[in-house]
Amino acid sequence: MATGDLCTVERRGRVHLITLTGAGEHRLNPALLSAIRSAVAASAGAGALVLAAEGKYFSNGFDQAWARTVPLHLQAAMGDAFCGLVADLLALPMPTVAAVTGHAVAAGCVLALAHDTVVMRGSRGFLYMSEVDAGIRIIDFFADVFREVVPDAVNRRDLLLRGDRMAAAEAVRRGLVDATVDGGVEDVVNAAVAEAEKLAARGWNGEVVAEIRKAAWPNLWSKVKDYGADAPVVTRPRL
Amino acid sequence: MATGDLCTVERRGRVHLITLPGAGEHRLNPALISAIRSAVAAACASPGAGALVMAAEGKFFCNGYDLAWARGDPSGRIAAVRAARRGLVADLLALPMPTVAAVTGHAAAAGCGLALAHDTVVMRASRGFLYMGEVDAGIKIIDYFGELLRQKVPDAATRRDLVMKGEKMTAAEAVRRGIVDLAVDGGVDDVVAAAVTIAEGLAARGWDGEIVAEIRKAAWPELWSKVKDYGCDAPSRPRL
Repeated sequence: MATGDLCTVERRGRVHLITLTGAGEHRLNPALLSAIRSAVAASAGAGALVLAAEGKYFSNGFDQAWARTVPLHLQAAMGDAFCGLVADLLALPMPTVAAVTGHAVAAGCVLALAHDTVVMRGSRGFLYMSEVDAGIRIIDFFADVFREVVPDAVNRRDLLLRGDRMAAAEAVRRGLVDATVDGGVEDVVNAAVAEAEKLAARGWNGEVVAEIRKAAWPNLWSKVKDYGADAPVVTRPRL
Repeated sequence: MATGDLCTVERRGRVHLITLPGAGEHRLNPALISAIRSAVAAACASPGAGALVMAAEGKFFCNGYDLAWARGDPSGRIAAVRAARRGLVADLLALPMPTVAAVTGHAAAAGCGLALAHDTVVMRASRGFLYMGEVDAGIKIIDYFGELLRQKVPDAATRRDLVMKGEKMTAAEAVRRGIVDLAVDGGVDDVVAAAVTIAEGLAARGWDGEIVAEIRKAAWPELWSKVKDYGCDAPSRPRL
């Protein structure tokens, strides 16, 4: 499947803009995760990255419907690929901005919060950890990642244990998101790109940005680094 | 001693309400903790119970450990009551329903920790304070209790003021600092009613209790790991 069916990549000035395409839910299955990771890898040479989406959803989480149709080890591959994407974002040698253009649910919420800066559409869309309402356990690595991106106890309790749906104004008030943007999807993307361009204009050494980010989130990095694109491949010895 | 002397249990709709009765300080000793743990366990067994509220009568929610009792055999008894309270915290963390503490009066030391071990905390506005009196009384705060404070009072300045300065925090201050969710005007019954209303709202979400417990443990894993071997579901030690 061509990456273009799932996400597009464009340059705007120094900004590498990845957009999850179409009006669908942008559910994170292995195909989409792979496409996003390729798009992230293609950012080499840019000064900042923006991840955005079209339609009503930023991302509605893991593809549970797909997961129900495949054996357990393939479901695990979806989780591994998500860890890998988070690792790639953490290790990225440039600032990252999430443009939360619509609903960011479960894994979609975590993906948004794994960026350095998060801007969110003011008029529509919410952050929502749907697991408690859907009766889904939050498994170890996912809980670990969530705790790192939402360190505040009350926010963690409200999102995880109450399944609160947080609109942009509330999310900014609670420190989860950096800014709300009025208008439509395009306005949010433009604001994110403008912010990313400002960060790119600082002219920071990308390797240093990546190392400082990993040092700022060492627990998160330690949990995902073995899944990243640059992780050493462990080959099993042949007997 | 009948549990009813130490704590009472009633159902209000879907809410399992535990009350520490009487005008006393509700100081924690093994007998009271055992009664509370039985009452908490009864919530799981109570058909249709969807949330738990812990409250008290009188001027105190809980004024900490029963130090007068502990003086009878200081090293042994303090260890015993600490182990029992560790078990109570484990039971609350593993409870398959949302939990609400109704801090109806003073919550000091271990009593403050007991309140904070609940998912939601409401507190009487007009009277009573949270008080980590250990520094004033010369008592250590041990590992899991420290972890509880770190997890539920993540703001470093607030934690320092509570624990290192022994600040007495009123409901308004506690809400402002993010430790308590709601300050409730009026008397003890008003605080209990507010807690029950919140609990009823949480019960109405119809969550799968096992999932609530698993998510809670995943949200506070460091705390869970320090207490889980003491909970009612922990494997018992082999007899030699």
